[in-house]
Amino acid sequence: MDGVDGPEAALSLENVSKTFPRGEGRVEVLKGISLEIRKGRVTGLIGPDGAGKTTLMRLAVCLLEPDDGTLTVMGMDAAREPLAIQSAVRYMPQQFGLYEDLSVQENLDLYADLQGVAPSDREERYAELTQMTRLGDFTDRLAGRLSGGMKQKLGLACTLVRPPELLILDEPTVGVDPVSRRELWSIVSRLVEEEGMSVLLSTAYLDEAEKCDEVILLHEGEILGQGPPGDFTKEQEGRAYWVKPPAEKKRDVQWRLSRRDGVVDAVIQGDGVRVVMGHDEEPDRDALLQDGEDFEFEPVDPRFEDSYVAILQSRRDEDAKDMAAEAAPQRSDASERTNVDKSGGESPGESPGGGPPIDVENVRRRFGDFYAVKDVSFSVDHGEVFGLLGANGAGKTTTFRMLCGLLPASGGKLRVAGLDLRRAAAKARARIGYMSQKFSLYGNLSVMENLKFFSSAYNLKGKQRRDRIDWALEGFDLKKRAEAESGQLPLGYKQRLALACALMHEPEILFLDEPTSGVDPMARREFWDVINALAGAGVTVLVTTHFMEEAEYCDRLAIMVAGEILALGAPAEIKARAGNSKDEPAASMEEAFIALIEDSSA
Amino acid sequence: MKQQSAPGGFRRLRGLVRKEFYQIVRDPSAIAIAFLMPVGLLILFGYGVSLDAKHVPIAIVVETPDAAAADLTRSFEMTDYFDPVRMPNMPAAADALTRHRVDAILHLQGNFASRLHEKEGAPIGVVINGVDANTARLISGYIEGIWLKWLGDRARSEGFELSMPVDLRHRIWFNAEVRSRNFLVPGLIAVIMTLIGALLTAMVMAREWERGTMEALLVTPVTMREIILGKLIPYFILGMGGMALSVAMALWVFDVPLRGSIWMLTATSALFLLAALGMGLLISIAAKNQFVAGQTAIVVTFLPAFLLSGFLFDIGSMPEAVQFITHIVAARYFVAILQTVFLAGDIPSVILPNAAALVLMAAIFLGLSRKKARKRLE
Repeated sequence: MDGVDGPEAALSLENVSKTFPRGEGRVEVLKGISLEIRKGRVTGLIGPDGAGKTTLMRLAVCLLEPDDGTLTVMGMDAAREPLAIQSAVRYMPQQFGLYEDLSVQENLDLYADLQGVAPSDREERYAELTQMTRLGDFTDRLAGRLSGGMKQKLGLACTLVRPPELLILDEPTVGVDPVSRRELWSIVSRLVEEEGMSVLLSTAYLDEAEKCDEVILLHEGEILGQGPPGDFTKEQEGRAYWVKPPAEKKRDVQWRLSRRDGVVDAVIQGDGVRVVMGHDEEPDRDALLQDGEDFEFEPVDPRFEDSYVAILQSRRDEDAKDMAAEAAPQRSDASERTNVDKSGGESPGESPGGGPPIDVENVRRRFGDFYAVKDVSFSVDHGEVFGLLGANGAGKTTTFRMLCGLLPASGGKLRVAGLDLRRAAAKARARIGYMSQKFSLYGNLSVMENLKFFSSAYNLKGKQRRDRIDWALEGFDLKKRAEAESGQLPLGYKQRLALACALMHEPEILFLDEPTSGVDPMARREFWDVINALAGAGVTVLVTTHFMEEAEYCDRLAIMVAGEILALGAPAEIKARAGNSKDEPAASMEEAFIALIEDSSA
Repeated sequence: MKQQSAPGGFRRLRGLVRKEFYQIVRDPSAIAIAFLMPVGLLILFGYGVSLDAKHVPIAIVVETPDAAAADLTRSFEMTDYFDPVRMPNMPAAADALTRHRVDAILHLQGNFASRLHEKEGAPIGVVINGVDANTARLISGYIEGIWLKWLGDRARSEGFELSMPVDLRHRIWFNAEVRSRNFLVPGLIAVIMTLIGALLTAMVMAREWERGTMEALLVTPVTMREIILGKLIPYFILGMGGMALSVAMALWVFDVPLRGSIWMLTATSALFLLAALGMGLLISIAAKNQFVAGQTAIVVTFLPAFLLSGFLFDIGSMPEAVQFITHIVAARYFVAILQTVFLAGDIPSVILPNAAALVLMAAIFLGLSRKKARKRLE
């Protein structure tokens, strides 16, 4: 298993390309890539949705055949020995592959049968696995009744009933809370250290890249880079800075900084803004901070995300000169136009009943004998960006649906735009915009047809309707794609279109349910630019997210666990509360989240 | 490769079959398809659909009441087939016919009694609502039967010669009571079994694709043959259970006679079930979500079985092109077998060719599934 007599590579690809039919033609998902993954290491496959990660993994376990090129898995040719490969390699698909109407034990038994584990070896192996995954107390529970994190661990246990030489995990941490994510990582590193296993896993979380021994950066079917994560970050050495404005809103500062020449990336981090400078730019504090002499300005260690964004940014600059309008200039376009339009419209500051735009008091929601939301209270001010954080099943979506008037509350008070949702749900709905997780668009209508439909659904007519459609096409840079079928758009564009549709009737309150999940970091940045601009124009924004770093973009946020609010406040306050005994605040929102959850369950 | 996979292969297959049974027990949809659907369909068709005419409302118009007319009227009142209503005159009866209050009119003309013995024949008129041609034909036949019987009885008792040479002796074979239920229920069982077999496998395979468990199965050392057997074995057993239930209902609820042997019934049902399960597997290879699989199974198996198997509509009276198509409907052979085994007995000259056709179809469907199913996602 330590590769003495085998070749060094656990997996090697040579010129592998793969296309899938779509519409009339074929899309190229992998464009002739070559790579080697070494034994006894954790290799991370990093890239946004649609980069080709899942296809690459399915090729490696012989679920797909390449159009061209050769794959060698543990020294075996994938074209010739698929069954032998499948008994040496274990693969966990994104949905974990569990039978939900079988119990934990029955799932384990099934996979032990399928993997050919001798009955005499089972007891010992099960004991190891249940101890490792801490599922020992739940062996009789149906898999369908487990929480997301437990399902993921059971999926992993089923994959590991017979220890494989190579373990392949497809986005094992998606939709799983940070605590379970951390547990999964500790299991994976133990497997590599103690059993000498080779692991290939894909992830959309950039912070997880730093936990890998080696990272492969995949983007639109091409490899942008491969190496230890440290090598990537080293390139950004001396280019990352942290800027802290004394009084000003950090969102405004971030907006200004992101527009400066030579700035590759500017994101909100903690109380300040993290800035990454381009390679040919000599970082100059004075040039950067023309208008802020009293700003704190200090160099910080680069992280993987900095280099990721830098690489993607440089690619955009290189091969998209004609599409230049799509990247940086688009940002300002969208934001400025929204600014102008909002200020010209009706002032959102006046709610009929007065009071905050969103006011939630002791709201409960029961499904059968199960409380999805229990005693939740919070309120959101004008122009505030308020975040709801929590793992799947924490009650975020239920809270959201109640606020949009889609689901009646079982108890408590809900006021949106000053209107009681029990009495005036329809009236309140006319003042809110809602963008759902799945971007409720009509996939087989064109961009233009979707805009027309949504504007008529919100009762816009004549000139007003034409103006709003023009605003959406220009502000969100959809003009060139107006006739494109919206189902075929890249994810980032779909998301823009969905947001444009939700903003058609100039709502004063905007609800965004996981708007950025599965969207690549670049599109996420652009998206937040628009959100910030809207908030600047006085629109109240309520957003759910499971990206912990996005929580920092919010003015205030609530962390939900099992239907209850565990913590409520500004990001800095929450991090301070979750800090350690020496009164040091938690270093990141993720740490704060984990600490809060562990406190509450202890 | 086959030798190498033998011992592990058995363990894998056992694991798959056991898993399938757990799922059957815990997910009521498979049980509902296998047991509730036959019961529901049999009750619906067994009681609801009947090709017999019973208690048909008819109007009887007697112009001059006399003993002969009263006697004939009485013999119509005596049978189960008709519920006669007396009407004063033809216009009233015609009105009742157009209003659908009666399905036929029996008109005994004025000189009925006297003209009974004349050479020109009987002075009765019959008007039948012909909208439903099948029922009209039945009514016409029943009226004629009663009329002839009454004439014959009367001739014998009064000792006169019938003007026409009537000597009708009906002998109806295999279904002496002429109950259409005896003929419908066995055919219906064939239709139900088509649906169970194809729907069950198509749906459960599609479910594995939908829930992403198929992807996890495919990457284990399991072979495609084991996956297919792992589906066939449990649903074969379940389907045979549904079959047993249907036969029990036929025998004890609908009083359909079973003249052949239970062994012949079991053996031919097993053959047919294999063909139906094979069709389901073949569908599931193309349709990877439950909705499409369900729709496809209904359209390509249930509808042809219903229309083209000869269970309801006689194949011999179909246009030739359609008759030709019926040869690829597996249910056609099973309908013929079941009707024979239930109503006539184990008759090799009928059963063997039909059974051979079933063997061929099962082999084709299962063989194609095995060949088309690959351990790949596309």
